[in-house]
Amino acid sequence: MNTLTIFRKELNSYFRSPIAYGVMAFFALITGYFFYIAVAYFVQMGIQSSMMGQSQPMNVNESVIRPLFGNISVIGLFIIPMITMRLFAEEKRTGTIELLITSPVTDLEIILGKWLAAVALYASILLVSLLSMVTLFMYGNPDWRPVLVGYLGLLLQGGCLLAIGTFISTWTRNQIVAGVAGFSVCLLLWVLDWLSSFQDSVGAKVVAYLSVLQHFDSFSKGVLDSKDILYYLSAIFIGLFLTARSLESLRWRA
Amino acid sequence: MIKVEGLTKRYANHIAVDNISFEVGRGQIVGFLGPNGAGKTTTMRVLTCFMPPTSGSVRVGEYDVLEQPMEVKKRIGYLPETPPLYPEMEVGEYLDFVGRLKGLRGESLAKRIDEVAEKCSVTDVKSKLIGKLSKGYRQRVGLAQAIIHNPDVLILDEPTSGLDPQQIIETRDLIKGLAGNHTIILSTHILPEVEQICEQVIIIAKGKLVATDTVANLTSRLRGAETVALEVMPRSGAPLNPGEVQQRLERVTGVSRVFSKAAHDGVLGFTVESQQGQHVRPELARAVIEAGWNLNELHAVGLSLEEIFLELTGAPKQDVAAPHATTISAAGDNS
Repeated sequence: MNTLTIFRKELNSYFRSPIAYGVMAFFALITGYFFYIAVAYFVQMGIQSSMMGQSQPMNVNESVIRPLFGNISVIGLFIIPMITMRLFAEEKRTGTIELLITSPVTDLEIILGKWLAAVALYASILLVSLLSMVTLFMYGNPDWRPVLVGYLGLLLQGGCLLAIGTFISTWTRNQIVAGVAGFSVCLLLWVLDWLSSFQDSVGAKVVAYLSVLQHFDSFSKGVLDSKDILYYLSAIFIGLFLTARSLESLRWRA
Repeated sequence: MIKVEGLTKRYANHIAVDNISFEVGRGQIVGFLGPNGAGKTTTMRVLTCFMPPTSGSVRVGEYDVLEQPMEVKKRIGYLPETPPLYPEMEVGEYLDFVGRLKGLRGESLAKRIDEVAEKCSVTDVKSKLIGKLSKGYRQRVGLAQAIIHNPDVLILDEPTSGLDPQQIIETRDLIKGLAGNHTIILSTHILPEVEQICEQVIIIAKGKLVATDTVANLTSRLRGAETVALEVMPRSGAPLNPGEVQQRLERVTGVSRVFSKAAHDGVLGFTVESQQGQHVRPELARAVIEAGWNLNELHAVGLSLEEIFLELTGAPKQDVAAPHATTISAAGDNS
């Protein structure tokens, strides 16, 4: 119940600040661009192959939707720090954190409310990309199940990075610092799996396993893999757990 | 209502609050007094469960802040030094949010919002963005926020700091109006404020408790004698000789010392200290009149909290009494 109160307040302030609209516009522009490239390429290939007399079946899911999901998951790395940076940093700066902590609500309710609001904002940003998907369904007949799985994957990946971003936001009272730190961590979690592209050691594999994007691959293909779902869920848990610890230490040090 | 025993709060490299104990009864208004950095805010933050004490026990009602923080939080309204406001919210919406945080819902929430808005005179700005309000209004919204759940205990950290004189008066009146329903602890480093609002004072300095008593008791405890301010004017045009007047006053029975203050327009000002247990005012008046002078002013001066404070903390006088020309005449300027 208290979680809902905080959730509503957070979501409201997102949509009252320019952040939500700015991020949405940025997201719409970039995904629109990627969508255009993917579709244009797909159409060109189609014309070429029919001119060459080949009648290979072409798959919209494989050639348009999958790369589009891949791109969106990378864009997520950029917008997530913008969403989470203010969550706790702003409350610490203005002193409203004192109101939250001295109210009869638990830390967990505060954290969950804030994190869920961030997830809700991220989900509503993802909704913008649905426009592209709808066009595909209007002019073609892609399979809808991989699309659903893809969105589930985006939400799980987003949820995990948002939890990490929420944690980082408790470190500082400066939003910009929280944003930059969050972005650095997201970037790091992205490039971790590059190591495994040329090394085959166990260490490289372990490092690559930690990479957030690597686990998204199965989702973008439309495959539900319990290993990847588990990875995201545990990352969300760890992120929120660390946030709780950080909030607690804040009080001891305050 | 509030019972603090041996409260100590230690930070990494210094002790902010050192073994403080005090009690506050139900319905009292208590002034928490001390210079900046004395540990006022730290103590309040422990009371409000914002942070745990390093050692000692703090109880609000029958609940301990460490063992049942949720119960304590339900009973405490807290206004931190900077009101905890969200500038992007409207006043009504903000009060609704805080009310929900404190556990109010539905009909009773709507009723309380109207009541506290009325009480703190913010009804006319209810649909305004907090970010657009003046400082005085923000302070009032902060107070409204603190009392929305009708808490037993109200903790106000420097509620009048940064306001203009008019707003300070309004805020003090508002706080006085809240007395009776709530037990109030307010911190301040402005001494006259305590004299005006509070029944009881808790004085702390450098993290240590210096005194806790009623304002009246503290004053009488620290001085047995009466201090009187008086002004003398010549009856005719001829100016008076200050030395002569002073000597005349010193001869009055019961007077121990007479200090001369600066004269202006031929009016001579004096501060007279009496001996223990002597009431010298009637005799002083008679002496002045019989000498053929005009008595312009005569009043007893209460010992100011500034002086009490200096007395108790043993700080050198010039440190705190800076705004006043002399420590003796300072007393009358405060009320």
